[in-house]
Amino acid sequence: MGIDSLIGGTIWDEYSNKVTDLMNNPQNMGEITEEEAKEMGAKLIVADFGAESCGDAVRLYWAVDPNTDKILSSKFKSFGCGTAIASSDTMAELCKDKTVDEAVKITNIDVELAMRDDADTPAVPPQKMHCSVMAYDVIKKAAAQYKGVDMESFEEEVIVCECARVTLSTLQEVIRLNDLTTVEQITDYTKAGAFCKSCIRPGGHEEKDIYLVDLLEEYEKEKLAGKATLGAAAAGADSVGFAQMTIVQRIKAVDKVVDENIRQMLIMDGGDMEILDIKENGANFDIYIRYLGACSGCASSSTGTLFAIENILKEKLDDNIRVLPI
Amino acid sequence: MNVYLDNNATTIVDPQVFAEMEPYFVQKYGNPNSLHAFASDTHPGIKAGMEKIYAGIHAPREDSVIITSCATESNNWVLKSIYFEYILTGKKNHIMVSEVEHPSIIATAKFLEGMGCNVTYLPINNEGIIDPQSVRDNMTDKTALVSVMWANNETGAIFPVEEIGDICEEHGVLFHTDAVQAIGKTPVDVQSLNVDYLTFSAHKFHGPKGVGALYVKKGKELIPLLHGGSQMGGYRSGTLNVAGIVGMGKAMEAAIDALDFEMTEIREMRDDFEDELLKIEDTFVVTPRNKRTPNTILISFRGIEGESMLWDLNRAGIGASTGSACASEDLEANSVMEAIGAAEDLAHTAIRFSLSRYTTEEELEYTLKVVKAAVIRLRGISSSYAYAPEGHESGLDSHHH
Repeated sequence: MGIDSLIGGTIWDEYSNKVTDLMNNPQNMGEITEEEAKEMGAKLIVADFGAESCGDAVRLYWAVDPNTDKILSSKFKSFGCGTAIASSDTMAELCKDKTVDEAVKITNIDVELAMRDDADTPAVPPQKMHCSVMAYDVIKKAAAQYKGVDMESFEEEVIVCECARVTLSTLQEVIRLNDLTTVEQITDYTKAGAFCKSCIRPGGHEEKDIYLVDLLEEYEKEKLAGKATLGAAAAGADSVGFAQMTIVQRIKAVDKVVDENIRQMLIMDGGDMEILDIKENGANFDIYIRYLGACSGCASSSTGTLFAIENILKEKLDDNIRVLPI
Repeated sequence: MNVYLDNNATTIVDPQVFAEMEPYFVQKYGNPNSLHAFASDTHPGIKAGMEKIYAGIHAPREDSVIITSCATESNNWVLKSIYFEYILTGKKNHIMVSEVEHPSIIATAKFLEGMGCNVTYLPINNEGIIDPQSVRDNMTDKTALVSVMWANNETGAIFPVEEIGDICEEHGVLFHTDAVQAIGKTPVDVQSLNVDYLTFSAHKFHGPKGVGALYVKKGKELIPLLHGGSQMGGYRSGTLNVAGIVGMGKAMEAAIDALDFEMTEIREMRDDFEDELLKIEDTFVVTPRNKRTPNTILISFRGIEGESMLWDLNRAGIGASTGSACASEDLEANSVMEAIGAAEDLAHTAIRFSLSRYTTEEELEYTLKVVKAAVIRLRGISSSYAYAPEGHESGLDSHHH
C-alpha cells in the first residue's frame, strides 16, 4: 500500500520519452523482401513470435551475410501496444551489424535499458516488461532458423522469470541461502516476479512450467525432510557419545529410548520394565533391568522380548550394549 | 480539438447540476441531522433531490432509494447482504450473476464463493446478450438472488431484465439489476418489472462522482452495511452527502428530460458514425444496434491492438476506451469479447466509443478522420498485415501464452 498505490495512475505516465518517440515514429519498422535480400547478397530470415490472440505478436526480418553471419539489415512488424512496438523497434536496432551469434546474446533487459532516458529510471512500468521479452524471444527464433537448430538450444539455463531473466538455479540458491518463505522476499532479493507477475503462480498473463510458489513449496518440503535428517544426525551424535556420557546421562538416554520405543510394547501385554543399573564391562555396556507385571513371568522375557529390547537400544545408542534381566 | 467519447466510464458534470450543488459547500454546510437553522437550511434541497431521484426511476414512496458513495458500494451491499441473510444462515446456498457483470459484482461474487456460496456465472450469446432461459435452467430451491445488469458497459447490450425479473418472481427468488449504464439511455421504471434491488450512479448521467444509489423494494431485506448514527433510515449511517444528493437529483431530472433526445438524436449520430467506421475494411461490431444503449459502439479493428489505437486517438486529443490486454493493469483480454466468443485474434482489438448529449457532429467527423489515419499507420506497423516470403509458415497464430 502507501500513497503511490492508493493514487494509482496510468501506465502511459511511466513510459520513457524514448518509448513514446519510438511508438510515434518507429525507426526500424518495415519489411525485407526476398528480392531486397538477394540484392544485398544476403539470406532472408523471417521469424514470428507471439499471437494476436495473446495480445502481442512480432515478425522479425533479417538479411544475413552467409559468409560472415553478419546481420546487414534488421526490420520488424508488430501487433501490440506502445511498449511492444517500441521494444520490437529497439530490438531490431540492436541486431544491426551484429553477427547472429552476437545477436542471440541480446536480452530483453538490454532492450529495456536501451529505451531508458536516464540510467536509473525504468523505461516501462513493471507490468509492461513482458513486452520486451517477446523482442528477445523472436531473436532466438530467427537465429535458430538461420542456423537450422532448435530455439531452446540458445538457452543454457532454465529461466523462471523472463522479465527479469532470473534462472531456476539462481532462485533455488537465493531461496536456500536466505531462507526465503514468501514471494515478496524473492522479489526483493532477485526482482523475479516484480514485472508481469506471470511467474508467481498459475493464472497470470502467461502460462509457465515453473512458478515461484512451486520453488517455495519445494524448499519448504526440503526443510521438512532436512529436519528429519538433522534429527537423525543428532541421534547419531548421541550414540557416538554414549561411551563418553556420564552414568546419569547414560541412564537418561536409555530411559528415553525405553519410553519412546519399548515401554508401549510391554504395556500392551500387561507388563513393564525398570532400569536398575548400567555398568561398563570391558568393551560392553551391561544394562540391568527388571521386568514388571505380566513380563516377570513371561516365557519370552528371556528370549524374544529381551532380544527386541537389546536390539532397539543397540540401534539407538550403542552397538556394545547388552541387556541383562534380573 | 479535444473529443470525449468515453461517457460509459464517466461523464462531464452538467453545468446546471454543478450550479445547483454549489450553495451546499460554503453557504448551506450544516449537518442535516443537527437541531438548528444551519441544518434546516439543507432540508429543502435534500427533499427536492430525493423526490427527483424517486421520480427518475418511478419508485413508489413506500420503497427505499438509499444514497451510497458509488455503484460499487451499492452492488457490494446487495450481494453481501444476501450472504449474511441467506447464505451464512444456511437458508439458501446459491446466487446467479452474468459472466459480464461489472467487476464490483464479479469480484464480490468470487469473494462470496470463497465464503462457501455457490455462484453460477450466466453466459452471454454471440450477440453479447443473456438468454433468460439460462436463468430458468439454473434455478434451484436454494437460489437466493439473481443479479443481472440492465445494460452492459462494454457493448451497450441491453439485457432482458423484464423476463429475468418474471422468472425470479415465479421462483420466489430476489432479483437485483445494476442499471448504471441504463439511466438516461433507456427508460428505467422500477414498477414496469419485477425488481427488488437496483443500482445506479450519478456520474454516469452528468452528475457528480461519489454519489451512488440503491433502490430497495418495500419489504425486501437489506442488512445495514455501515452501522452508526442511523442516517438513511438506519440502512446506511454516515453524514448525508447533501451536495451529492442535490446533484444526483438535478442530474436525474436532466437525464429524464433528455431521454427522448438520447434515444433519437444521439442514436442517429451514433448510427451514422458507426456506419462510417464500418466502411473501414476489416472492422467488426458484435451486438446489433437495436439491442444496445443508443450511445455505445464496441468495434474491432483487425490487426490493431486496442491500446495502440487509444494511443493514436489520445495523441489527437480523443478519449475512448478499451478493456483489452495492454490497456488495463491486469493485462487481460476484453472479457466481453472473450465471453462472446469473438474470433480469438479480435479479443485484443476492441475499442469502445461512448457518446453523450454533449457530443457534436463536428467532433465525430474529426474522430472519424483520426481513426482512419490511425488505422493506416497502425496496420502499417502491424505484423498481421506484414509481408512474408513465399513458403513462410506463419508462426503468429501459435499460442505462447
